[in-house]
Amino acid sequence: MEYLLEVKGLTTQFNSKKGPLTVVDHVDFNVKKGEVMGIVGESGCGKSVTSLSILQLLDKAGEIKDGQILFKNINLLKKKEKEMRIIRGKEISMIFQDPMSSLNPVLTIGRQIAEIMEKHEKLPKPMVKKKVISLLNTVGIPRASEIYEEYPHRLSGGMKQRVMIAMAIACNPSLLIADEPTTALDVTIQAQILELLRSLKDELGMSILLITHDLGVVAEMCDRIVVMYAGQVVETADTRTLLRHPKHPYTNGLIQSQPHQSKGERRLKSIPGQVPTPDKFGAGCRFAERCENVMEICSSASPPLVSIDGQSSCRCWLYSDKEEMTI
Amino acid sequence: MGQFILNRILSGIIVIFGISVFSFLLIHFIPGDPVKIMLGQNATPEAIKQLNENLGLDKPLLVQYTTYITNVLQGDFGTSLKTGRPVITEILDRFPETVKLAAAGIFIAIVIGITLGIIAARFKSSFIDSGVMMLATLGVSIPSFWLAILLIMVFSVKFTWFPIAEGTGLRDLVLPAVTIGVLASTMISRLTRNGMVETLSNDFIRTARAKGLEERIILFRHALRNVLIPVVTLIGLQMAALLGGTVIIEQVFNWPGLGTLAIGAISSRDFPLIQGTVLFMGVVYVMINILIDVIYGIIDPRIDLSAKEAR
Repeated sequence: MEYLLEVKGLTTQFNSKKGPLTVVDHVDFNVKKGEVMGIVGESGCGKSVTSLSILQLLDKAGEIKDGQILFKNINLLKKKEKEMRIIRGKEISMIFQDPMSSLNPVLTIGRQIAEIMEKHEKLPKPMVKKKVISLLNTVGIPRASEIYEEYPHRLSGGMKQRVMIAMAIACNPSLLIADEPTTALDVTIQAQILELLRSLKDELGMSILLITHDLGVVAEMCDRIVVMYAGQVVETADTRTLLRHPKHPYTNGLIQSQPHQSKGERRLKSIPGQVPTPDKFGAGCRFAERCENVMEICSSASPPLVSIDGQSSCRCWLYSDKEEMTI
Repeated sequence: MGQFILNRILSGIIVIFGISVFSFLLIHFIPGDPVKIMLGQNATPEAIKQLNENLGLDKPLLVQYTTYITNVLQGDFGTSLKTGRPVITEILDRFPETVKLAAAGIFIAIVIGITLGIIAARFKSSFIDSGVMMLATLGVSIPSFWLAILLIMVFSVKFTWFPIAEGTGLRDLVLPAVTIGVLASTMISRLTRNGMVETLSNDFIRTARAKGLEERIILFRHALRNVLIPVVTLIGLQMAALLGGTVIIEQVFNWPGLGTLAIGAISSRDFPLIQGTVLFMGVVYVMINILIDVIYGIIDPRIDLSAKEAR
């Protein structure tokens, strides 16, 4: 199976006053052509930093220390900034959590979409305008030629996210990174945006890397899932396996925390405690303090990520004796 | 938009009315008899009576003001006591020179200030940033006459590149304009730098980077316009202040602008000329402010000029 994107041993640090903090720690995962890969985890688990690392859009304090990011078998971390600019927006594009603040308030919608095509496709201006309007139609924006001239503050949140999506698909990228694309939107709009992303994926044949904390969104959208905790991958599996037979106690906890209509329970379950901050990572398993199945070894040694059956993998001492093969 | 400008002009007229009352009352604020002050200690009673009648100071206040404002509306600001020429002619003779100096100074200030501000923000927290900001601090603390004299000493006396206080030609303009420009640029660069640093941390800048745009386009197309609102306000205020005449600079360079006119009028107790200059400067301020409001609407589409009326 050919991978579109392979992330190997990605390690990203942030410089702080107390010294460098490892926010993303040897993260491995891959995205196949045409699939939707999900990255799930609580806030602060490093999923957004992982996605920003792929495009090298980290702010100045962040630095990629180690690893490889192979996109179409070429290591992006070896590319110069100038070469990355050709990849951003054209080969890999990205949409962000908050559409309200992700559009420039003083430029028209049309201008903001047009500039990405002018940059990457060098089309003449009248053609660009035509293409932008047809793009706006594609992402389901009514009165597209009027919206072209409009400024972002005149649009609702859902409409803005549609504009962001139009921008992201403007140059037919092979990979779309969607960082919490529906978190800032209300529920009915969420469903519409997810539906739009799904249909665009099929239409354009692109892959999507979907970053979310919402297991409902994951179940709806993804083919495979990576679960991240405290900067590490703790479990990967295809969606069905992961949701039905979660292996890592953390994944299990996340699923237990989802509301179920049928069970009729009064109170939602939750995982006690919080994700430790990077300066509090100990020698043992980072989830040990919150884990229901904690054992003696958990606090002294960090478990390796082990492959379970060639498809899934899990980072937990409960499974480490099954097959001692680190991937 | 048109309606908005009309409203602003109407409220501007109210402000100007206030200024006219103030400038009219100016003559009455002076302790003692203004006519005696004007004519000096050796004035004869006849002369005092004569001037009182000429200025209409013997009539009730309301009548005086009505006469004054009616004349002003007809373009008659009175006559200068010193030269005997109409006040409006005196002012209009000097105003173009002040505009020339102010415009040249502000142009230099904008070019230096915004360029340095952007550079400092681009290289935030580096030695370039601290260097630029140190220059800005230095600029704020330098007195204008000191810089003016320094420039004259270096460029006029030592190198004789520019004339000293001779006329109002292009070469004469350079040193006073540079003095104004350098000093005014310090505030602009600081404001631009801070605004840029804040804007560059916005989400939409990350979006622009994710599109693969060049840094140059991100700085100028995406960031700079968001920074311009406070900067334009500052530039407008500076421009208005400069159009009122830069007293010190004009004195040092012997520049025949409104500043030297006002100083001359005050020292020779030429009350009609003082009144006229105050009123004229007030009108200029109001007009610049209206202009700034209009520019806001052009820079930032979220400022909906027509929506202001609805409130």
